Amino acid sequence: MAKKLNIKDKYRLLTRDLDWDFSYEDRKEAFPFEEFEGIKITDWSKWEDPFRLTMDSYWKYQAEKEKKLYAIFDAFSQNNGHLNVSDPRYVNAIKIFLTGVSPLEYQAYQGFAHVGRQFGGVGARVACQMQSLDELRHVQTQIHAMSHYNKFFDGFQDYSHMHDRVWYLSVPKSFFNDARAAGPFEFMIAIGFSFEYVLTNLLFVPFMSGAAHNGDMATVTFGFSAQSDEARHMTLGLEVIKFLLEQHEDNVPIVQKWIDKWFWRGSRLLTIVAMMMDYMLPNKVMSWKEAWEVYFEEAGGALFKDLARYGIKMPKYAETIEKEKEHISHQAWWTFYTHGHAAGFHTWIPTDEELDWLSEKYPETFDKYYRPRWELAKKMEAEGKRFYTKALPQLCTTCQIPMLFTEMDDPTQICYRDTVYNGDRYHFCSDGCKDIFEDEPEKYVQSWLPVHQIFQGNCGGPDVENVLADFYRMNLGADNMDMTDSPDEKRWKQWKGVA
Amino acid sequence: MSKVYIALQDNDESRYIVEAIEEDNPEATVIHMPAMIRIEMEGRLTVNRETVEEKMGRDWDVQELHLNLITLGGNVDEDDDSLSLHWNE
Repeated sequence: MAKKLNIKDKYRLLTRDLDWDFSYEDRKEAFPFEEFEGIKITDWSKWEDPFRLTMDSYWKYQAEKEKKLYAIFDAFSQNNGHLNVSDPRYVNAIKIFLTGVSPLEYQAYQGFAHVGRQFGGVGARVACQMQSLDELRHVQTQIHAMSHYNKFFDGFQDYSHMHDRVWYLSVPKSFFNDARAAGPFEFMIAIGFSFEYVLTNLLFVPFMSGAAHNGDMATVTFGFSAQSDEARHMTLGLEVIKFLLEQHEDNVPIVQKWIDKWFWRGSRLLTIVAMMMDYMLPNKVMSWKEAWEVYFEEAGGALFKDLARYGIKMPKYAETIEKEKEHISHQAWWTFYTHGHAAGFHTWIPTDEELDWLSEKYPETFDKYYRPRWELAKKMEAEGKRFYTKALPQLCTTCQIPMLFTEMDDPTQICYRDTVYNGDRYHFCSDGCKDIFEDEPEKYVQSWLPVHQIFQGNCGGPDVENVLADFYRMNLGADNMDMTDSPDEKRWKQWKGVA
Repeated sequence: MSKVYIALQDNDESRYIVEAIEEDNPEATVIHMPAMIRIEMEGRLTVNRETVEEKMGRDWDVQELHLNLITLGGNVDEDDDSLSLHWNE
């Protein structure tokens, strides 16, 4: 009987040996995107994939994951799992997930399929191909899991249409468009390294643990199943960066610039996850600040210490990022609460118990800056004057988030930055976003900013209601407005037999 | 020194894997959270095939770890007998 191959030999034969030399075609024409970013690769054979997963094992383990996952979806649906969630408010976090995150999985699938074609090294190509397939699996399983909620709750019906149009969903959409419009190596540093290695952990680990704690079996299951692929993606991200830094010293400043850019872009994007953790999980696992300390500061800190030997430094703006953990979840939820008529999910005032929890978790900031706003909102609501702003917010040209962030050393002053390019003035939420624009103005002047588009008449109208109902396809009075007295809340009370 | 970490889904298989990790890495800290188990340790953390097999009472392929893995932090070193995590400092 033939001897069983060990993992290393199997990987060598089934992955590395699949490559071929170019004898009669020009190799540069086969991989046209490999050089224009300035990255220098001297030897692709130095690429190491520590997991050494071959395609046959990949299919075997992925099939097993899928079988487990779909068995749970069936059980969840057959047993009316939606009735077991802690509180119907929770489901609104899942609406954000479906409209804001799942379409990113599809973009990641497209992005990795592209770079998986463009890299000259076969090890990197196979790893990207697997990741591409993973991402497609993620979007499919997420849509499937959340289709159950679509039968019982508002706001799930048109996630894909909404992702392409709705004002706050342009934030995640443009983030991935930015990465995919970059070269293949920048894409890998943006998504493979910055996003996968550090930032997705915050969504798929503590938030998913929170989903479990709130009785949402379907979401925690797809979350952890997706994240089991993510461990492989993280390892790929780390291998990419080490490979680039070891290939040529000229790569170091280019990679550092991308790290600075994408850690800032990623931190901005995660604002919505911060809000979901602190305000939308009725049963709490940990605060955003605590999660940030474990997964960004501790894990990211260890990572950057490891990379220091290549001359890589902590991302620029790390000091600002550290201060922001005390503020951003509160600033974001307040913004959505006051724009609750234009959101595709419900908003609410935290209960007294939740306000106390926030005071306890944010002793430096919550009572001083944020609790008084909620006390005012409560008073106004009690008087029948639930507040919705009439204005459309100004957006940051780079991250596309409304100007809701404050100066971190002066949390009562909104942070405004601007720059003039070709005679036009552009506005930003931060030094980070301004610097990113100034480095590539030709790219960011093309931003499709939802508020600008509304004012230019490109989103229907003339009133905000017309934009929401016709252009965004929101069911007004059902998908939006406060949780109190919403159809979601009324149905929930009926199911639970409470008045 | 930085901590490496690994998180596994809280289920029947992981229980044995966690037992094996605890036995082979006595300095490791095991943290139970809703639906997941996080194990962290300074230096190097190793999952040995032999110990997991002994706990499970069956053959176990190191790559089966992927089925229950949620996340990890550290440089990965994997072969037929073990998977280990470490940081270079």
